Amino acid sequence: MRRRWLVAGGAALVLLVLAAAGGRFTVSTATTAPSLEQLIKAKGLTPDQVRAAVQTYVPPGKYDDYLMFSSGGQSGQVLVFGLPSMRLLRVIGVFSPESWQGYGFSKETAEILREQAELRDALSWGDTHHPAISETNAEYDGQFLFINDKANARMAVIDLRDFSTKQIVRNPNAASNHGAVVSPNTEYVLEATQYAAPFPFRYVPLTQENYNQHYRGLATFWKFDRARGRIDPAQSFQIELPPYWQDLADFGKFESDGWVYMNSFNTERAIGGTLAKQPPVEIGASARDMDYLHIIHYKKAAQLIAQGRGTVVNGMKVLSLKDAVANGVLYFAPEPKSPHGNDIAPRGDYIVVGGKLDPNVTIYSHRKIQQAIKDKAFSGTDPYGVPILAFDRVVEAQVKIGLGPLHTQFDDKGNAYTSLFLDSAVAKWTLGAPYKKGGEAWKLVDKLPVHYNIGHLAAVTGDTAKPGGRYLVALNKWSVDRYSNVGPLFPQNLQLIDISGEKMVLLSDTPVGLAEPHLAQIIPLDRVKSWAVYPEVGTNPLTMKVDPNTTGAGKERIVRKGTTVEVWMTAMRSHFTPDRIQVRRGDTVILHITNIERAKDAIHGFAIDRYNINLSLEPGKFETVKFVADKPGVFPFYCTEFCSALHLEMAGYLEVAP
Amino acid sequence: MTLAVVRSELAQARRPTGLHLRSWVAAALLGLSLILPYWRITLYAPQYPGGLRASVYLTRVTGESSEISILNHYIGMKPLEVAAPLERRLAVPIVLGGVLAVGASPFLGRLGPLLQAPAVVFPLGVVGDLAYWLWTFGHSLDPAAPIRVDPFMPAIVGRGTVMQFSTYAMFSWGFLCAAATALLALYNLVRWRRR
Ligand SMILES: [Cu+2]
Repeated sequence: MRRRWLVAGGAALVLLVLAAAGGRFTVSTATTAPSLEQLIKAKGLTPDQVRAAVQTYVPPGKYDDYLMFSSGGQSGQVLVFGLPSMRLLRVIGVFSPESWQGYGFSKETAEILREQAELRDALSWGDTHHPAISETNAEYDGQFLFINDKANARMAVIDLRDFSTKQIVRNPNAASNHGAVVSPNTEYVLEATQYAAPFPFRYVPLTQENYNQHYRGLATFWKFDRARGRIDPAQSFQIELPPYWQDLADFGKFESDGWVYMNSFNTERAIGGTLAKQPPVEIGASARDMDYLHIIHYKKAAQLIAQGRGTVVNGMKVLSLKDAVANGVLYFAPEPKSPHGNDIAPRGDYIVVGGKLDPNVTIYSHRKIQQAIKDKAFSGTDPYGVPILAFDRVVEAQVKIGLGPLHTQFDDKGNAYTSLFLDSAVAKWTLGAPYKKGGEAWKLVDKLPVHYNIGHLAAVTGDTAKPGGRYLVALNKWSVDRYSNVGPLFPQNLQLIDISGEKMVLLSDTPVGLAEPHLAQIIPLDRVKSWAVYPEVGTNPLTMKVDPNTTGAGKERIVRKGTTVEVWMTAMRSHFTPDRIQVRRGDTVILHITNIERAKDAIHGFAIDRYNINLSLEPGKFETVKFVADKPGVFPFYCTEFCSALHLEMAGYLEVAP
Repeated sequence: MTLAVVRSELAQARRPTGLHLRSWVAAALLGLSLILPYWRITLYAPQYPGGLRASVYLTRVTGESSEISILNHYIGMKPLEVAAPLERRLAVPIVLGGVLAVGASPFLGRLGPLLQAPAVVFPLGVVGDLAYWLWTFGHSLDPAAPIRVDPFMPAIVGRGTVMQFSTYAMFSWGFLCAAATALLALYNLVRWRRR
């Protein structure tokens, strides 16, 4: 009896709870946001789009899986994106001053920019083209990033501990360059000339005769000193090349270690002259069906240089074209005209070349090339005596993939991905044995339209010995109708593509409103070990060591010596010490500023009105500003980085007495 | 105390009694407490997702104490580093003296209990001193500070709130060691009386 009552009571209670909950539900649906289904319907999303959105969504507070280092093109910067969200995480100033980072304003960083520009006046921009992450055993090690300035033949070194530019070296003998690629253990960073110029760079009137005789291309092997984190120009060398326009290159690895493959175009040596009724460069440079794949035995070249066979030209050791040919350092193989990509397969066995004006990718075999060299299987020599290997002796396969093949990346399943400039598409095709065998080998398997005019593409670790697969980014030159109009200078378009399945799937579009991202490299996030704060207070970002001029709290001071006023200053929330500096017009002022904070993200800026000074002092960083106080007046200086509730009060005065 | 007494005591030490063992454990714990934190405080605020931690040892303050000091300067509180200068200088000799006294007391006859007694009150002294300094810090705020708050006494144990910060404080391993020493010494004193 009692038990029955209990059951009845329990049932009543359950009903009551349900009723209450039901009531709550009806109330809540009336007041909360639309349901997922309603949202999808209202936006007219397809199931594929919803899947792509979820796949690329990185929830608030969560991190991306990969970092993509992309060139910033004419902005002279490097852009760092997170994948798969494609959020822009960082912009690194390289060849242009970058005021948020105070890059180019401190004594240290101004010298990076200025010193290497000495022969060409002060340059304030660069055309960053090809980022290359440092490698160990042909895999990205995440320690350094190299990038070239195509416009001014410079190469920069970025330290990935603090994502800051540490060095810029200028090629003293070339006018422009193309690309940065590293050897499998980053002993060398290779720079190819882009446009042939008088060698060494000087004035030689541009006639066809002069061009053929005095203009040259160069392969520059910058020696990288990993321990110092710097390129060592004294240990670097160049190989003189014929005046073709050398372009992309790749270092061999494993069986092809010691060799470099490099594209060229304009083997016609066209020099333009449209007003004189000469054919334009465009037409002249595309007359022949074939250009020359450069095959360079750079380890042999390095030996010859070490034996003193080079001549020193403008401080750079150069192996002459004659010596290179005579010693088996340089060979050519015909390649379909106007090629761009030159990419070595993960095992170092194949070289994939995309000729823009040919529907095929052409795959060369390193083994066949070596055999052909051994057999002297030449089809002739070029006008400079460089032996040309017979095309059918060195080609492994040609795969017809579409119009305008450019650049190739690889995945972890034996597939290659090539951008098709004219088709505006990405082609997926299979490599041959040992990657794929029998009927599966050398086959186009998928093609995905992209928007629009794709140049380079980047897959996760897609040019290393161990490609990661999963994602690929198409770096498109045009965006046409993909975004709302923001003036006639359109953003460019990065498209994220899922390559984990049989078919490629377009996941997202990312507008880039900063300049042309030309090429990118993608690395797993955990392989980059960057600092959150400088490990020691007073770290000089150039030496990465504690600077002797750093100051601690309580030791700040101002010292005058003749007409030089030197200030040792600290920055901390929310004050600079000292906060008043008095000088006379014409004094040289040297400020040594240390951010003595240890907290993550406790960054202080330091700007002085009208003196064009702006620093970014991350926690622990030390920097020096040096200027002549040539403008009399009272100039406020202040912290430009919002740092605390009293950020506006983080200020002081520079008095310059007339 | 003659040499004979010492000799007999040492002979006994070869067959230690409970008193000996307790005293030595107590001495060891007290010694150990020198390298352990006595008190910890954690501050939570929206912009410090992991919290800010400081550990107070007898001789030093570790953890994110400099960051806490930076925050404290906004309300005119002195930096943590200036607290208890005398105590920090005297801590090592006092504790080592205590270790010697507690460890040797079973051999010292009537003097023994007298030498264990300070160890009993030592943790109380630490708590008192900590309370004194917390009170002093909370009540000597610079009147010229940018943010004015009423004088306050931070919690020694448990939760407290200062502006957007919630604090959580508790005693730590070093203090527990000293407290264990005190309990053992107290037990010894009681046993002594009975003996
Ligand atoms: Cu600030």
